[in-house]
Amino acid sequence: MGKTVSVKDLIRNKDKKNKLMLKAERTIPFILFALASISILTTVGIVSTLLYETFLFFREVSIIEFFTNTNMKPLSRVEPSFSILPLLTGTILISLVAMLVAIPIGLTTAIYLSEYASESVRKAVKPIIEVLAGIPTIVYGFFAFTFVTPILREFIPALQSTNALSPGIVMGIMIIPLVASLSEDAMNSVPKAMREGALALGATKLEVTLRVVIPAAISGIIASFVLGISRAIGETMIVTIASGSSKNFTFDITQSMQTMTAYIVEVTSGDAGAGTTAYYSLYAVAFALFIFTLLMNMFAGHISRKYREAY
Amino acid sequence: MKEFALKSEEKFHSHYLNIEKVNKRMTTRLFINNFVKYLFLASTMFGLIVLAFLIYTILRDGLGWINMDFLTNRLSTLPERAGIAGAVVGTLWLMFVVGPVTMVLGIGTAIYLEEYAKRGRFHSFIQTNITNLAGVPSIVFGLLGLTIFVRMFGFGPSIIAGGLTMSLLVLPIVVVASQEAIRSVPQFLREASYGMGATKWQTIRNIVLPASMAGILTGVILALSRAIGETAPLVAIGIPALIIPIPSSITDNFTVLPMQIYYWTIDSVLVDEYASMAAATIIVLLIVLFLMNSVAIIIRNKFKKRY
Repeated sequence: MGKTVSVKDLIRNKDKKNKLMLKAERTIPFILFALASISILTTVGIVSTLLYETFLFFREVSIIEFFTNTNMKPLSRVEPSFSILPLLTGTILISLVAMLVAIPIGLTTAIYLSEYASESVRKAVKPIIEVLAGIPTIVYGFFAFTFVTPILREFIPALQSTNALSPGIVMGIMIIPLVASLSEDAMNSVPKAMREGALALGATKLEVTLRVVIPAAISGIIASFVLGISRAIGETMIVTIASGSSKNFTFDITQSMQTMTAYIVEVTSGDAGAGTTAYYSLYAVAFALFIFTLLMNMFAGHISRKYREAY
Repeated sequence: MKEFALKSEEKFHSHYLNIEKVNKRMTTRLFINNFVKYLFLASTMFGLIVLAFLIYTILRDGLGWINMDFLTNRLSTLPERAGIAGAVVGTLWLMFVVGPVTMVLGIGTAIYLEEYAKRGRFHSFIQTNITNLAGVPSIVFGLLGLTIFVRMFGFGPSIIAGGLTMSLLVLPIVVVASQEAIRSVPQFLREASYGMGATKWQTIRNIVLPASMAGILTGVILALSRAIGETAPLVAIGIPALIIPIPSSITDNFTVLPMQIYYWTIDSVLVDEYASMAAATIIVLLIVLFLMNSVAIIIRNKFKKRY
């Protein structure tokens, strides 16, 4: 038979194991806490690098000029000048085009799926629409540049080969699933009894939707719009590819325009070495971008929490 | 007096019981209702049609370029010799970094939030912070990666720098999915484990984590598929256009499929073939994403336990 084991040894081993276990029991919360802090460190990292380099930038360029000047020539050797206005108009116009596509189509898709479609149609269509949300943005960029722009040019001859219209439309298509699925969630949470009450009073389905369901779900619907806008402002690859890099201050969407995100791409992948004013300017632009999207997201969270009608 | 009564009766009729008028109005209301129904249906179909068009154009442009040489050749400036082997290997390397890093960070954060942290200010602070991080544009994460990993740590535009940047970007996805999975493990399982004399960590490791593993893995796969489709952060950390050697270690420079698509698309004005090559690369990327999402759905359905 095998060797004999003394009971004392067994007890000692067990004790040792218990001590180790207790030690682990005490240290593990700290390890997990450290892991959880990484997400906070990330935020701190983003805010502090952006703030610091933005500060360096505004030591060289006047902050008033940055927001009022319309001349943006960051890489000019002769007389570089910095202005966020052309980038802001580019960002706002392209986002506007995107929302003009995404809001009507997204909302009506949500209404159709939540109010009109049968359960089987809903189950079949919803995942397909959500595929649109899962396609990488670079693919949309390719689509806008090689497919949508040439088609649009057939109808609008003045359209440049890079312009604000085509990426705006494609970005809107990308945002449809976001608006549709969030609005649909909001409409679905309106209790059935309210619809049935209105239907019993003789309202048509459309009247029920417009006067009962949408008012009751309005906070969620508005939140979905705001999140959509925030998504449009932060979107990078579609505009980098399809809207070009012209920094002219213009409101003409058939022209090439640059957004804040596309400017960051151009400067980081381009000629500006670390330490130049152009390099610092990209942090100032990124800081503005960060603040805009953060405010939008917080605003969306706020309205969906505060104005939600609970049933 | 009598007159007045009659008058009011008249008024009553004319306002409330004019059947003709009611019917007429009803017809228009019903017509509008029906018309709008088809309008809404058409707008729903719009999304589907665009999706079909998108897939059709990409297949039309790219399918002809896909063959064994394209998949196994290295990058080259000559269209007929160029292949995406480097980008495929780079994408695998990226997953190799992002997978473990987000799993450890994401599951750790989720366990801390769900099992250890007291509900209160600090808990909601971390939670809000994660929600806000999920909404930060990916290009801003790229700048963070450029400043911290590429410049400050001196990693250069390497796999480790790109992987860590991407891990921070997709971390909220893993955290939120893991939190949901852990929350859905019923309390009685934990209590039974405590009742057998298990400690808190033993309960988490032996009961909670196995029971929530399907949900966590689904989250990790979705995060990975987001990571391999993202381009902006990698452009920001400065991955050059032409990376010919195939990466073999974590500190090597690298390129990934979306980067290759990006450079070929913007250069398609110079060389016509580049547009088709970009489309072919998109097909490869979409197939990979489709497979990963299918695996996620299978895992979710197969291992979903109902308590």
